[in-house]
Amino acid sequence: MNEHHDTGTGWPDEPAHPEPEAGPATEPPAEPAAAAVRDPEPVRDSEPEAEPAGTDWDVDGTAGEPEPEPAAGNAPAEPAPARSRISTAGAVIGLLLVLLGFAFVIQLRSNSTDEQLSTARPEDLVRILSDLDARKDRLSQEITQLQATQQQLAAGSQGRAAALDAAARRARDLGILAGTLPAQGPGIQFRFVSGTQPLKAALILDAVEELRDAGAEAMEIDGGNGVAVRIVASSWFVDADSGIEVDGHTLSGPWWLTAIGDPPTMQTALNIPGGVVDNVHSAGGTVIVNQPGTVRISALHQTGSPRYAQPAS
Amino acid sequence: MVAVIALAVGVVLGLVFEPSVPLALQPYLPIAVVAALDAVFGGIRAKLDGIFDDKQFVVSFVSNVLVAALIVFLGDKLGVGGQLSTGVVVVLGVRIFGNVAGIRRRLFRA
Repeated sequence: MNEHHDTGTGWPDEPAHPEPEAGPATEPPAEPAAAAVRDPEPVRDSEPEAEPAGTDWDVDGTAGEPEPEPAAGNAPAEPAPARSRISTAGAVIGLLLVLLGFAFVIQLRSNSTDEQLSTARPEDLVRILSDLDARKDRLSQEITQLQATQQQLAAGSQGRAAALDAAARRARDLGILAGTLPAQGPGIQFRFVSGTQPLKAALILDAVEELRDAGAEAMEIDGGNGVAVRIVASSWFVDADSGIEVDGHTLSGPWWLTAIGDPPTMQTALNIPGGVVDNVHSAGGTVIVNQPGTVRISALHQTGSPRYAQPAS
Repeated sequence: MVAVIALAVGVVLGLVFEPSVPLALQPYLPIAVVAALDAVFGGIRAKLDGIFDDKQFVVSFVSNVLVAALIVFLGDKLGVGGQLSTGVVVVLGVRIFGNVAGIRRRLFRA
């Protein structure tokens, strides 16, 4: 009641303003707000009315004057601050405002520096925590998936490397067999020296065949003129004017035939009665056997692509 | 004038000392600040209306702060702290708006 009455007195000139300016739009918010706002004020105004005789307010604020005009509301306040500004009330107000400014700045600072977590409420923290847990679960699932993928890829690359390795090894083996790669290993060397008549190419071919039978894996023949020819499956031997012709290269004697394989086996193979050595001797020539241990075959055979044969799978 | 100086002194003190808010006070400080702001605006308006009263101001200031903190405290205990502090902020905000509207009318006659 008082509030409304006071509100009415507090606003006497104001209703005149809102009406011309904005009309209903501003009035409704203004009046409830005003009613709410009045909370501090009504108490203020009601105090003089309710307790006109007592309270320090009276002491501070000149006991006599406010009471006669409590209904006006404005009058008592005016003399009071005028005299009590320097008194305890003023000091208390100042202190409160200092506190307000202090707290305001503290709050601003803590709000800007903290990441809201320290001031969050337990239920918010629980929600944030569960969100983070869910996220962590998702991320660890992702980690597991990625690790599996990585293992697959690593296994794939290992498999590929192994296949590559095997292919390279096979290519090396085939290269040695086909005469396209140099080779070295335990082996034997035969020196064929002609007698009064030059040795026939057929004798050399016999020796080569015997060595093949004895397990020679790579062979090379060097002529006395320094020409070296790798002997492969398709090598051919023909008698020539100045020696023999092997795969189109003319080799003069004496000839060195180098073979990689088991040396004793190959030597035995050539020395069997009626074998190559016997034939060379009967042809007037000689065979000198040399076992240097490790022999090296560096002459290469040039191969082209097969013209007719195609890979069949 | 004294009030403005006191406010400035408080701000400067806060800036100089840079204290950290105690953990127990953290939920209440912002609400208390808003409540105090409401009291300050009410005081300014009362001043402009010519009905300002020291004791009135002190009492409303302190009680505003305490009641706001109490409401938030109760809300925390009841498990609706977030909603209640929102409600307190809304109410205080409405009051501040009302006070500012009164000040505006007083100052600009509009």
